Amino acid sequence: MTVESTAARTSRRSAGSKAGTSGTKAAGTTGSKRTTRTTAKKAAADGADPQLVQLLTPEGKRVKNAEYDKYVAGITPEDLRGLYRDMVLTRRFDAEATALQRQGELGLWASLLGQEAAQIGSGRATREDDYVFPTYREHGVAWCRGVDPTNLLGMFRGVNNGGWDPNGNNFHLYTIVIGSQTLHATGYAMGIAKDGADSAVIAYFGDGASSQGDVAESFTFSAVYNAPVVFFCQNNQWAISEPTEKQTRVPLYQRAQGFGFPGVRVDGNDVLACLAVTRWALERARAGEGPTLVEAYTYRMGAHTTSDDPTRYRGDEERLAWEAKDPILRLRRHLEAANHADEGFFAELETESEALGRRVREAVRAMPDPDHFAIFENAYADGHALVDEERAQFAAYQASFTDAEGV
Amino acid sequence: MAAEAVTVKNMALAKAINESLRRALENDPKVLVMGEDVGKLGGVFRVTDGLQKDFGESRVIDTPLAESGIVGTAIGLALRGYRPVVEIQFDGFVFPAYDQIVTQLAKMHARSLGKVKMPVVIRIPYGGGIGAVEHHSESPEALFAHVAGLKVVSPSNASDAYWMMQQAIQSDDPVIYFEPKRRYWDKGEVDTEAIPAPLHKAQVVREGADLTLAAYGPMVKLCQEAAAAAAEEGKSLEVLDLRSVSPLDFDAIQASVQKTRRLVVVHEAPVFFGSGAEIAARITERCFYHLEAPVLRVGGYHAPYPPARLEETYLPDLDRVLDAVDRSLAY
Repeated sequence: MTVESTAARTSRRSAGSKAGTSGTKAAGTTGSKRTTRTTAKKAAADGADPQLVQLLTPEGKRVKNAEYDKYVAGITPEDLRGLYRDMVLTRRFDAEATALQRQGELGLWASLLGQEAAQIGSGRATREDDYVFPTYREHGVAWCRGVDPTNLLGMFRGVNNGGWDPNGNNFHLYTIVIGSQTLHATGYAMGIAKDGADSAVIAYFGDGASSQGDVAESFTFSAVYNAPVVFFCQNNQWAISEPTEKQTRVPLYQRAQGFGFPGVRVDGNDVLACLAVTRWALERARAGEGPTLVEAYTYRMGAHTTSDDPTRYRGDEERLAWEAKDPILRLRRHLEAANHADEGFFAELETESEALGRRVREAVRAMPDPDHFAIFENAYADGHALVDEERAQFAAYQASFTDAEGV
Repeated sequence: MAAEAVTVKNMALAKAINESLRRALENDPKVLVMGEDVGKLGGVFRVTDGLQKDFGESRVIDTPLAESGIVGTAIGLALRGYRPVVEIQFDGFVFPAYDQIVTQLAKMHARSLGKVKMPVVIRIPYGGGIGAVEHHSESPEALFAHVAGLKVVSPSNASDAYWMMQQAIQSDDPVIYFEPKRRYWDKGEVDTEAIPAPLHKAQVVREGADLTLAAYGPMVKLCQEAAAAAAEEGKSLEVLDLRSVSPLDFDAIQASVQKTRRLVVVHEAPVFFGSGAEIAARITERCFYHLEAPVLRVGGYHAPYPPARLEETYLPDLDRVLDAVDRSLAY
């Protein structure tokens, strides 16, 4: 866990347990309501869905929600500042990574710009003993889990294919094959249930992944085994160049109904709503009530990756409309209106932000290329005769150059 | 007189796997058996017969009918510390899981820089000769052997089936365990107290001087029959049971070929890009000056596995093996 993470592990745990007491009850009593929600005929894929859970309007106004208010009832101004800080630092880190790609220090970067609230809200809802299965864009969730952000950059620089110990922070390696990790999450959750533990699992995926068979299979398995897993879909509207309409004819959260568990759509640019809904879903999982699908309705403000050119498939108007709903701006407006943060706070955060950018930049530039022999390392846990043979052949080949180098 | 426990039993190959799974479930609470119909039914070949009754539904798990889901959740269970043994009902049904096996299972250990281990066994009944319908008779072992991070084995007899399953479950690497389904009912002696040979070592099952027949799984018995038939014609064939396809025990093949100077590889899988091709290339490299003849291969044709009434033509049989032996000896 890095020193920069805002919320201490212990406070997250206690926050989780507090919500759990009421959460169990709530989940039990709202079952019928949820059925109504998922069958709502008017539910549309355009974001004007009346069922969108929102606690903070784009203007930063706190709106009441009978169902989910209780999951953030204990939240303090300090907590709100913490969420704000998480989002700002995550965005700063992300911007630095994009810049590092442009400077040739990274081969590729998948920016999370615009999705900070979805990731920080859901990430901060997890408990230390929960397990997270990310895609390759969950930099904000990694932040919440205490993964050193520079660790995320190794694979994008090309010095490893993962590079952190998944069990160190219960944050699995980034998964590039779309949707695969939802099955790993489900299996892990099945294991938790077998162990009799009350931890939960959260699996991240996107609107594009929702078309993958593995995601459908993970819904089936988790439902059949009542596995304690939350499927957190960040619907950022675009799967590279394909809009959500190319993936689905129904709002994604409604998919859950067919598998026999609740689905809910949350404003993915509202960090408070994401925190509340994810806490609710995780508490359901802990209480033995099985899986939940959360669709965080958000927007990928940047390109798919640094290799992408969104001007070929979408217009500026759309982006501008979403910028007005910016997750960080929204919380800032709220903090300012409620007098929860002063100029000093914002100035200090700006300084901290720049320091983080500098640290990331320096760490990436200092990352050495791996040794040639790393190719052969860890191909197998128990070794493999052919790998040994090829390693020896390669060593001999390398050694044959010694004279040529004039050593 | 105190009766000593009987540790040597005569049993069918399928029963040997069953006994081995039972032992693993007894010895290690983290071992799980999962797959389609493995519970009450005991699997379509009864390999898991009685296990759910004795170990419960939480450890012997009937899964939804989705192979990718079976392997994908097994990966997650392994991440949680379990050692899942999953069954793919038939060879031709493994492909929905191929993505999870190749992109996830095989690479997880390396991607985590060694932090994560993947002790997952994937059992696949494979091969033809049982008159089955389409997709029930294939031999896709080379498709897995080609993938770094996986180990691929195939026992040919009951004793190996028992012990190789024990070893596969103990392995911290994913093991694809190909079961020769046409040999499921062949009986053999299994000593449950024996000290087994290493999992990835080949074994000479018949000594000979004139030519080496190398095979694994269902083709070992055929090669033994071919060697017996050749012996009647005065030819002395050595039969090597490779047992493991990845890694391949090239040292054992090399030792045999340096003695006999001729090699014929036999497998049911198509010859083209099959494991025999890799063996031929490597043995040619290792034993070039020892070879009296090119390495020959006997296997399936580059055509979809045929309907059952044609499979005897498609599959290697005694005559095709002996034909290859004759061609090799004619050099």
